[in-house]
Amino acid sequence: MLTVDRLNVWFGHPPDRVDAVKDASFTVAQGESFGLVGESGSGKSTILRAVAGLIDTWSGTIEVAGRALAARKRDRAFYKTVQMVFQDPYASLHPRHSVDAVLSETLRLQGMDDIDRRIPRLLDDVGLGRGFRFRYPHQLSGGQRQRVAIARALAAEPRLLLLDEPTSALDVSVQAEILNLLSDLRAEHGLTYVMVSHDLSVVGHMCDRLAVMQAGRIVEVMGVDALRQGTARQDYTRQLIAASQGYARA
Amino acid sequence: MNRAWLLSDAPQTRRQARMGALYQGWLTFRGNKLAMLGLIVLVLLIGMAVLAPWLAPQSPFTQNLAGRLQPPSAEHWLGTDALGRDILSRLIHGSRITLFIVGTVALIAPVIGLFIGTVAGFAGGWVDQVLMRITDIFLAFPKLILALAFVAALGASITNAVLALALTAWPPYARLARAETLTIRNADFIAAARLQGAGPLRLLIKHIWPLCVSSLIVRVALDMAGIILSAAGLGFLGLGAQPPMPEWGAMISDGRTYILDFWWVAAMPGIAIFIVSMAFNLLGDGLRDVLDPKGAKE
Repeated sequence: MLTVDRLNVWFGHPPDRVDAVKDASFTVAQGESFGLVGESGSGKSTILRAVAGLIDTWSGTIEVAGRALAARKRDRAFYKTVQMVFQDPYASLHPRHSVDAVLSETLRLQGMDDIDRRIPRLLDDVGLGRGFRFRYPHQLSGGQRQRVAIARALAAEPRLLLLDEPTSALDVSVQAEILNLLSDLRAEHGLTYVMVSHDLSVVGHMCDRLAVMQAGRIVEVMGVDALRQGTARQDYTRQLIAASQGYARA
Repeated sequence: MNRAWLLSDAPQTRRQARMGALYQGWLTFRGNKLAMLGLIVLVLLIGMAVLAPWLAPQSPFTQNLAGRLQPPSAEHWLGTDALGRDILSRLIHGSRITLFIVGTVALIAPVIGLFIGTVAGFAGGWVDQVLMRITDIFLAFPKLILALAFVAALGASITNAVLALALTAWPPYARLARAETLTIRNADFIAAARLQGAGPLRLLIKHIWPLCVSSLIVRVALDMAGIILSAAGLGFLGLGAQPPMPEWGAMISDGRTYILDFWWVAAMPGIAIFIVSMAFNLLGDGLRDVLDPKGAKE
C-alpha cells in the first residue's frame, strides 16, 4: 500500500539546512496498521507530512498503491486514496465553519454525490449524533472535534489513513474512545493506517508493526509482539521501552 | 423563533445555526453600553440622511443676507451662516454627503486591502515582495498629502475626494490582512483542506478571507472617524465638496473667517463631525468584542 524508500527530508537552505529525515525506508502492506515511534523531533511527523504532500523538500521514493509520487503535485486520485488526521483537533478545524460546512465542502471537493445523505452517515460512523451536524467547533469538546476531523478524513472513502498523534492532545479517557473508534473503523472499512505516536502503549494497542526513529533515522523495524515481549534488537529501542514503563524504584 | 431556539447548543438546520451565531454576537454587542450608544447615533444619522428633505426646517441653499450670522434662536436652532442659510438644515442635508463619503471609502479601501494583503501573504515569494513594496510606497506618503495630489490631478469634486481617500486608505488594511494570512496559512485546517484537493483560490476565498474580514471590519469602523476628518480636511482646503454643497468640513472652512465673533458657524458642523466620529469609534470597539475570534466565546 505504501512504500517509502531512502526518503530524505530537509528544511531550509545551507548553511541553515536541517535534515529532518535521513534515509528512511519502510513498507506498509494493504490492511496493515503501522506505527512510527520516537521522541520529539525524531522526524516521525515529517515523514507523514512528506507522504501527504505538505512538504516539498524531499528526495527518495514514495509509492502509494504502486504509484510513485512526484515531489510537488498530487492528483485527485491521490487525495481520494490518502487522507490524514492531524494532531491537534483545536487547530485542524476552521473556527468559522460548522461541522456541516466542513463535511459538505470536503464531499463536494472529492466529487461525491448525495451530500445530504452522506453527512449523517459519516457522523454516525464516527459516533457523533445528528445533532452535531450544524455545530461550530467552539461548541464541541476536544474529543468531538477529533471525531469530526476523522469524519472529514473518511469522507473521501480513502484506503490509507495517516494519523499524526491523533490522541496526544486529548484527555486520557477520551484517548481510549478515539483509539477504539479508529480500530473499529479500520476493521469496518478495511483501512490501512500509518500512525505516528510517541506513546508506545498506544502503538502497542493499535499497530501490527512499528518503526523506531531516532534523530531522523529509522533505528529498527519490529513486530508488535517483539515490543510486548521486550525483545528489541537495538539499545535505543530498549531505552525507549524502559522509559515508557515509567520510573523504576531505586 | 424564540430565544431558546436561537441559543440551542444543537441546532437542527443550517439556518438555525447561522441565526444562532448572529444572535450570540448581538447579545455580546448589546452588552456593551457605549457601543450601543454608537450604533444608535449612527442609526439616527442614517435616518436623518434618508429623511433630510422632510426633517430640515428650511432649504439648505436659500440665502437671506438680511439675517446673516444670526446666533442660535427659536427660528434658527443652530444659527445662520455668512449668507444667512440655516445651519441646522445644512447639517441635516450634509449628513447625506458624510454618509456617501464614509460608505464609499468603507466599500473600496478594505476590499482592495483585503485582496492585496491576503494574496501577498498567501502566495509569498516574489508576489509578496512586489505587492508589499507597492504598499510601502503608498504608506510612505502622508495620507492627506497623497489625497491632495490625487484630487489636484483628478479635479476638485466630492467624488474625486472620496476616490482619493479610498486609494490612500487601503495600505494599512493590506498590511493587516497580510499579517493575519501569515498566521493562518500554515494552520492545520488549511493543510486539511489542501489534502481534500482544495485549490489556492478556494483556500483564499473560503478559508482565509472569513478569518481576515472580522479584524478588517473592526479596523474600518475605528478608521471611519479618521476618514470623516480627512474628508472634512479636503473640504476645508477647498478640494472636496464645492460650494454651495453643505459638506461639514467645507462649512467649518466657511466659518473660519468669523470664528472669534460668530463661533457657532464653525462650531456646529465641528460638533456634528465630533459626534459621528465618536459614534464610529464606539461602534468599532463593540464590534471588536463581537468579532475578534481570540476574545470571543469558549
